[in-house]
Amino acid sequence: MDDVRAMHIANGIINGPVSAIFILIAVAGLAVCVRRAKVDLDDRLAPMAGLVAAFIFAVQMLNFQVLPGVSGHLLGGTLAVILVGPWVGALCVATVLLVQALVFADGGLTAIGLNITNMALIGTAAAYLLVALLLRVLPRTVGSLGTTALIASVIGVVVASLGFVAEYALGGTTELSLGGVAATMAGVHTLIGIGEGLIAATTVVTVAKVRPDLVYALRAFRKQPTVAKTGVTA
Amino acid sequence: MKKFVIAGLFVALLLAGVVSHFASGSPDGLDHAAREGCTFNADDEITGGTCMAQREQEHQLADSPFADYGIKGIDNEFLSTGLSGVAGVLLTFAIGGGLFWLLRRRSPAGGTH
Repeated sequence: MDDVRAMHIANGIINGPVSAIFILIAVAGLAVCVRRAKVDLDDRLAPMAGLVAAFIFAVQMLNFQVLPGVSGHLLGGTLAVILVGPWVGALCVATVLLVQALVFADGGLTAIGLNITNMALIGTAAAYLLVALLLRVLPRTVGSLGTTALIASVIGVVVASLGFVAEYALGGTTELSLGGVAATMAGVHTLIGIGEGLIAATTVVTVAKVRPDLVYALRAFRKQPTVAKTGVTA
Repeated sequence: MKKFVIAGLFVALLLAGVVSHFASGSPDGLDHAAREGCTFNADDEITGGTCMAQREQEHQLADSPFADYGIKGIDNEFLSTGLSGVAGVLLTFAIGGGLFWLLRRRSPAGGTH
C-alpha cells in the first residue's frame, strides 16, 4: 500500500456541464496569469519558476498521515507565491496539475478545470492575499516569513478545499448533505494545511537563508526603506 | 543561479525518487471525503452505502505508461514509483521551465546568457 495514490478530482464526481464551465474559468484565469506573469518573468525568475514547479511535483508525491486512514499532500500554492509571486506561482501549480493529468493519469481530464480552479487559482490567490498582508505587518525576520508561510498555507488549502465544495454544490452527481461534505473537507484540510505549512515554511526559510534575493515576496514586500523615499518614481 | 537550480533539482529528484517510497498510502483528504458514506471490502471495492466515489469514472488515460505514478512493465514498486517520480520532476521542470523561459522579458542585448 505504499504506492502513490491518485490525489485530484476524478471524472464523474462533478457533472459534465459544471466541469465544462470550470474549464472555461480555468482557461480565462490562466490567461490573465500569463499576461501578468510576462511582466514578472526575467532571466532569473524563469529558471526559478521551473524549479518551483518541479519541486511541487516532487513534494505532492509525499503524502503524510493526518488522521488514522487519512493522508494529505502539499498543494503548493503558498510555496509558489512566496518564491515566484502570484501570477507565475499560479502557473507553476497549473503546470504540475497538467503534467499529472496528462502523463500520470491523476485528476480526470474532464475535471482538469475544477482542479486548476481550486488549487492553482483560488487556493493560490487566498495564500497570496495573506502573504501580502502578513509580510507588511510582521517584523522583518526570517521567523516571520516562516510564520507567514504556515498561516497562508492553512488558509490557502482550506479555501481550495471549499472550492471543491462549491463545485459539488453546483454539479455533484451524488445526493450527499452539503454541510457534511463541507465539514469533512474543511476539517481534514485544516490538518493538511498545517502539514503543507510546515513544508512550505521550511522550504521558503531555507531559500531565504541561502539566497534571499530569489524570494519574490521578500523583494515585493520588504523593499529597503532607504530607496522608498517619496517623490522618486521608477 | 545555475548552482541553486541544480541543487534544488537534486533535492526534488531525491524526494520524488526515493522519499516517495515512504509516503502514506492512505486516501488523501479529497479521496477520504469522496469515500465517506460507503463501506469497502478488503480489496477496496465499494460494498454499500452512498458516496461520491461510486460515481467516479476511470481516467481517460488510465493506460498511459506512467499512470498512477508507476512505470508500466516495472514490477518492483520501489523502482516503479521512484523512476516515475524522477521522470515527473524532469518533465515538469522541462515543460514549466521552457514555458517560463519563453514568456520572460528579454533582457537588453549583451546579457549574460
